[in-house]
Amino acid sequence: MSVVIVDKIFKSYKKNNVQALTDISFDVQEGELFGIIGPDGAGKTTLFRILTSLMIPDSGKTAMYGFDCVKDYRKIRNLIGYMPGRFSLYQDLSVEENLTFFATVFGTTIEENYDLIKDIYIQIEPFKKRLAGKLSGGMKQKLALSCALIHKPKVLLLDEPTTGVDAVSRKEFWEMLKHLKAKDITILVSTPYMDEANLCDRVALIQNGKIMKINTPNEIVNQFDRPLLAIRSSNIYKLMNDLRELPETNTVYPFGQFVHYTDIHKSPDVASLQNFLKSKGHQNVEINKIEPNIEDCFMALMK
Amino acid sequence: MTREKIITVENMYKRFGSFVANDNLNFDVYRGEIFGFLGANGAGKTTAMRILCGLSKPTSGKINVGGFDVYKHTEDIKKNIGYMCQKFSMYEDLTVFENIRFYAGIYGLSIKEIKERSLTLLTKLGFEKERDTLISSLPLGWKQKLAFSIAIFHNPKIVFLDEPTGGVDPITRRQFWDLIYEAAHSGITVFVTTHYMDEAEYCDRVSIMVDGRIDALDTPIELKKMYNAENMDEVFLKLARGKKNPD
Repeated sequence: MSVVIVDKIFKSYKKNNVQALTDISFDVQEGELFGIIGPDGAGKTTLFRILTSLMIPDSGKTAMYGFDCVKDYRKIRNLIGYMPGRFSLYQDLSVEENLTFFATVFGTTIEENYDLIKDIYIQIEPFKKRLAGKLSGGMKQKLALSCALIHKPKVLLLDEPTTGVDAVSRKEFWEMLKHLKAKDITILVSTPYMDEANLCDRVALIQNGKIMKINTPNEIVNQFDRPLLAIRSSNIYKLMNDLRELPETNTVYPFGQFVHYTDIHKSPDVASLQNFLKSKGHQNVEINKIEPNIEDCFMALMK
Repeated sequence: MTREKIITVENMYKRFGSFVANDNLNFDVYRGEIFGFLGANGAGKTTAMRILCGLSKPTSGKINVGGFDVYKHTEDIKKNIGYMCQKFSMYEDLTVFENIRFYAGIYGLSIKEIKERSLTLLTKLGFEKERDTLISSLPLGWKQKLAFSIAIFHNPKIVFLDEPTGGVDPITRRQFWDLIYEAAHSGITVFVTTHYMDEAEYCDRVSIMVDGRIDALDTPIELKKMYNAENMDEVFLKLARGKKNPD
């Protein structure tokens, strides 16, 4: 069952003459973990503001559980839990006071829904008397998630929850989302980190206000249309410059210790590449055919 | 070949009351090197970077940056380094050229030099037409590339980059690293922090901070061997998970 429906949304900011969203449409199924993957300025936050009823689109419709995000905004706000990109809890209230505040606003208590937040809240409970403003980044994130969940929402909207967060805290955060998903909460999450796409059931790849592709991470990778080579040598900088000189080169992108390479042919000639690199004086050359990842796909779609 | 040390840090401590933000740091950075400075949030990276940039004094230790002492010669340090971070880089309500002129002027370049070099720079970046465009109307990726170029416009010995590629699209992120490689190739030392572990692999050497200490420092290849890891992401997780603070 589709519980979130987004239908042909357009949104522009007249003042800056920016077309923030162009013809955005997708559905999210009940209990699905749906990722919106794209860089800063892609339109992710605008989309979340429209879904949370905080902003009205120029045209198009969004609905959740049959309620319209514009007309039925009061219903919508009870239905959803929202964690905005910027930390927006009360810095001068304690951890416990923030949580109580959000519970009270939604007419409930911490005790009533403690089960839902227990796994997350238990990690910050030892600091419940501390002011929210004095918490570390990872703890703020856990408190914000607890506050967004305390009224037992059906749909959770998380706008870039892991931006600026280190690799360890990011892993932990996605573990928490997996547990919430198991409790049948529908989750929409946005992120600029391409590797997080693999942790979602389905993703929308978004760039410059347009959705480039919607599918499962696996299907997106399967649709990558040319063979991909991972190449390395002792000098990556020279390797990239040399590969770019080849007339049959299509793309050359550094990926960690390798360079990901595609050429204009459907089947690259590995032997002649080897010879070319040897003639350029490269040592320890290694060329492997590899499966693309989401970032490869995203860059191919951007072109 | 003996390599020239451009940053030397010996027994560096920084305490805030009873809290030890930097706990006996020891490392050297060589000229023209890309040095990755990694660590979890709150590990003490920003504190250390501020000291190396001459913005904050260490509690104790012997630290030299670009040939200058961090206790006595902070103004000389500032003249010889460039700095860029993701959050603030340029004045949004000034044009591209005005930003270049402003920063280059601060570093004491003459108007003639600024005009000549900005022309070269804008041509190289393909921004010729944007010379008189307000920064606020440029796409993020362009801003980041321009901000980096401005940070090295006065030809500093070292450039400090604090999460320079956060939130940037994957193609621009890679174009940005092209600029970093090029700068390092021309002899500028690059000191960079990042949360993207694939970027850690682009560095010549990487240090990883945990709870105020540097727990590992080596080339990415050696670190992966040492921690029996496939990639730097695994190395980082293995190290940072062992920390004692709750975050």
